[in-house]
Amino acid sequence: MSFDTVPTSWYLILSALLFSLGVVGFLIKRSLITVFMSIELMLNAVNLSFVTFAHEWHAVKGQIFVFFVMMVAAAEAAVGLAIIIAIFRARATLNVDQIDLMKL
Amino acid sequence: MHLVLFLIFAGFCLAGAVNLLLQTHPINSALSLIVVMSSLAVLYLLLGAEFLAIAQIIVYAGAVMVLFTFVVMLLNVGEEEHTHGSYVAKIVGFPAIFAVFSVIATVILEAQSRLGGIKLSDGITTTQELSKVLFRDMLLPFELTSVLVLIAILGAVALARKEGHS
Repeated sequence: MSFDTVPTSWYLILSALLFSLGVVGFLIKRSLITVFMSIELMLNAVNLSFVTFAHEWHAVKGQIFVFFVMMVAAAEAAVGLAIIIAIFRARATLNVDQIDLMKL
Repeated sequence: MHLVLFLIFAGFCLAGAVNLLLQTHPINSALSLIVVMSSLAVLYLLLGAEFLAIAQIIVYAGAVMVLFTFVVMLLNVGEEEHTHGSYVAKIVGFPAIFAVFSVIATVILEAQSRLGGIKLSDGITTTQELSKVLFRDMLLPFELTSVLVLIAILGAVALARKEGHS
């Protein structure tokens, strides 16, 4: 194997590892804002496999899909952080153990 | 060259992601996430996705992460409290994600011989090619995203507004 070539599978394994780390962060983190960051990490990991497969099969539509995921993630971040601000106003805490009821 | 660049930036990615989990202060986690996203932009460039690499830096490492750090500073979030965590996460969550990762890795390694390799000389997808597909075949979804972003802006303003100012 020359230094010029990287197996496609390495990119996919990296993507799977990042996704798993995102899930682990989602499970172990206790701060609502860090839990939200772990979700962003998972979205990014999936984007990496989309771009890898788009390159592998020379399909431009895979990259278009990543573009849409980015748009939706930006909208989701704006709404999610607004919800976090609203929760902090109502409860004065961001610890997920104390935010376990649907009503105030 | 490609291999070296891949190893360096994949290492940055994983180090940033692990650091995100280990840090207890949210601002440190946010900064590690910026490292992850910037390294991913370089990986996109190695895969020939020039537009997405720039969009990744502007949208993710720029706009979204500024929003995150802004909220962390606005709310003055302190160190994370240490609690025992949930039992369901320990008993079901970690084995489940380990199983999912094992299955994905097995499938990928199984298909390795059919996937081939990636070279830097494979060429890049130019923004021109991308925009041809985006504005011809994908015009309706593209316009719908603009409506979605508009709704998200209105929703964010409505949610973050203080009560009693109607």
